Amino acid sequence: MISKLKLDAKAIEMARNAAGSIAEDVQNFIDQHTTVAVERTIARLLGIDGVVDGEYPLPNTIVDHIIKGGGLGLGVAYWLGNTMVYTGNNPQEIAEAVASNQLELTKIPPQDITRVKNAIHEIAQKAASKIWSNRQKRQERINTIGEGNKPYLYVIVATGNIYEDALQAQAAARQGADIIAVIRSTAQSLLDYVPYGATTEGFGGTFATQENFRIMRKALDEVGEEVGRYIRLCNYCSGLCMPEIAAMGAMEGLDVMLNDALYGILFRDINMQRTFVDQYFSRVINGYAGIIINTGEDNYLTTADAVEEAHTVLASQFINEQFALQAGIPEEQMGLGHAFEMNPDLQNGFLLELAQAQMAREIFPKAPLKYMPPTKFMTGNIFKGHVQDALFNLISIWTGQGIQLLGMLTEAIHTPHMQDRYLAIENAQYIFNNCKDLGEEIVFKENGIIQKRAQEVLVEASELLNQIKEDGLFKTIEEGKFGGVKRSRTGGKGLKGVIPIEEGYFNPFIDLMLREERRCQ
Amino acid sequence: MSIENIDFRRVKPYGDTLNDGMVQLSFTLPVPYGEEGKEAARRLAHSMGLDEPNVVYSKDMGGGFSYYIMYGKCQHTVDYSSIEVVKMEVDTLSMEEVEEFIGKNFTRDIVVIGACTGTDAHTVGIDAIMNMKGFDGHYGLERYKGIEAYNLGSQVPNEELVAKAIELKADAILISQVVTQKDVHIPNLTQLVELLEAEGIRDKIVLACGGPRLSHELAKELGYDAGFGSGSYAEDVASFVVNEMVKRNLK
Repeated sequence: MISKLKLDAKAIEMARNAAGSIAEDVQNFIDQHTTVAVERTIARLLGIDGVVDGEYPLPNTIVDHIIKGGGLGLGVAYWLGNTMVYTGNNPQEIAEAVASNQLELTKIPPQDITRVKNAIHEIAQKAASKIWSNRQKRQERINTIGEGNKPYLYVIVATGNIYEDALQAQAAARQGADIIAVIRSTAQSLLDYVPYGATTEGFGGTFATQENFRIMRKALDEVGEEVGRYIRLCNYCSGLCMPEIAAMGAMEGLDVMLNDALYGILFRDINMQRTFVDQYFSRVINGYAGIIINTGEDNYLTTADAVEEAHTVLASQFINEQFALQAGIPEEQMGLGHAFEMNPDLQNGFLLELAQAQMAREIFPKAPLKYMPPTKFMTGNIFKGHVQDALFNLISIWTGQGIQLLGMLTEAIHTPHMQDRYLAIENAQYIFNNCKDLGEEIVFKENGIIQKRAQEVLVEASELLNQIKEDGLFKTIEEGKFGGVKRSRTGGKGLKGVIPIEEGYFNPFIDLMLREERRCQ
Repeated sequence: MSIENIDFRRVKPYGDTLNDGMVQLSFTLPVPYGEEGKEAARRLAHSMGLDEPNVVYSKDMGGGFSYYIMYGKCQHTVDYSSIEVVKMEVDTLSMEEVEEFIGKNFTRDIVVIGACTGTDAHTVGIDAIMNMKGFDGHYGLERYKGIEAYNLGSQVPNEELVAKAIELKADAILISQVVTQKDVHIPNLTQLVELLEAEGIRDKIVLACGGPRLSHELAKELGYDAGFGSGSYAEDVASFVVNEMVKRNLK
């Protein structure tokens, strides 16, 4: 592709290489650790589901039990496999026995390790095959009923009642939406367990539960048949249960997951060690399940200035890309994020936004870039807001963004009403159709404002990445380089759940999923 | 038209002629799109007090829902002359003036802590007020000389906030609430007041809340000293805090 922005290919390569070293450095840390969330995920994938006393999830019960016995460094897979060989029971039966205090896993004599691994591998293989078949099912549906054009129209539903959400989602699909994101209750990110069952009274959204995933998947499949377009389902793979949510989503056929490597650290004050380890396994699962991840760079711009800090967005995109590659996620599944968040009073602000969007497009040519609408400078003046969203839509079609998170004219007032969503979709469809090939027709002025801006941002991002490579990512976050938010290596929530792995530890899914994924690429 | 003709005891919306009462509105009805739906919208608008309700646009939203954009003439009037609103009585100073005010009136730094409390994870508001950089060219409290600002971030439990306030000997507490769906912010804001009272420090602290759906009046009702809605900047909050401290002799 010829760069319309005259970006220096060498500078891009240098930035990418720096990001690669940064991710590798963190990967060395990740490979030596596990977390309670990772282990609960393995338990879930091995078939453990359900709750004790109507609330406490069995995967938590089993992991807490092993911690108490001092054995988590060997991993839940080892203890389950050992018990399976010893008792002949399956993981669910074992978990139930543990919940009713009939078994103590860490007291069971060690069985032949080959048999232990084989026992686990057999179930793991079945679980992985089910996820793989979901992935194939998705592709078959897309092949038979079709899908919308890019940029996909992405809207949210946020009633707090999953059944109401399902209705709203179907209405949105009929109006033209391609992706439905079910807003998650803000409280969930800091819960160290996944709630169980359907949500009917959530605050600011519903919980990400397996039952809620199932209800929405069914509703979207129904309406997809009706409108003749596969409708993608999106949820939030973030917070203290990142990999568990990935596993649940993979099992229930989700298509898109918010899944950022740094977001939880910066904006939810989750411990960085915990987040790095969790995000890795969650991404291995998302990659394997064919789920498009959405990264959260747009969030930096809610706290930092979009003009001055544009390079941190690009730097973070590079880092997210490298973390995703480590976890086996192909470029086609990397919904790298950015946003239209400059102050609307800024002279030529539109040109700078255009430069940023085009730059992301050129640097990550295969990624279905996720473009976020104006939020920070939405005022409650719904009429002006609708115009701001129109400008945002114009840039998106012009620069070929992948996923268009539709701006709502009522942003900053309330979560979208049905008509807000309709107006947003109408706005985007009008502009996407009316300006469809604009990007093919227009070139940018040599050394003009747009070209120069993009070149400058790339240089600054490259410098930042080289600095991070020197300092390490941990220290960089400690210094508040992203989003202006400072977090310490040992601060934040969830550090207690990070455990160094011991000799003999194994997570059967990492090899299984990475191998399969890479074979298919 | 001259201003004298307006009867401030009986004011109506203005379209292009005094007292034409023109109002625009839009809504969705859970009924199928069609003539019956339009008539339903007209009748509803009439019941809202609009004469000559006119559906200027309607649209099938699918699934048995329909959308209406309407105009109508408001039958009602409002007595503007008798209105009294609870307002903040403080003139906003600039950052430099606040710093000067602190220098003159206090012999120590003022400690301000801020947080998004309860389940609220949206820090955009508190960050705009607290963080060095501020928002839209208005520096945040961290930059103010004479103010020690602590931004505790998101989802801070009220109990933790009160403990921190005691530890830091806070002079002022700022609470941001962005998520206000189903009034989730009301019990949360009220609980903080109760906790501060239980600790016996409510009267030693300037307590303010802010957010896009919060007004000064609501804040007062909930037992806060002030409420800041959208469009408020750090200097508005700072001006209030320093004036209130002097007024209540919290030196």
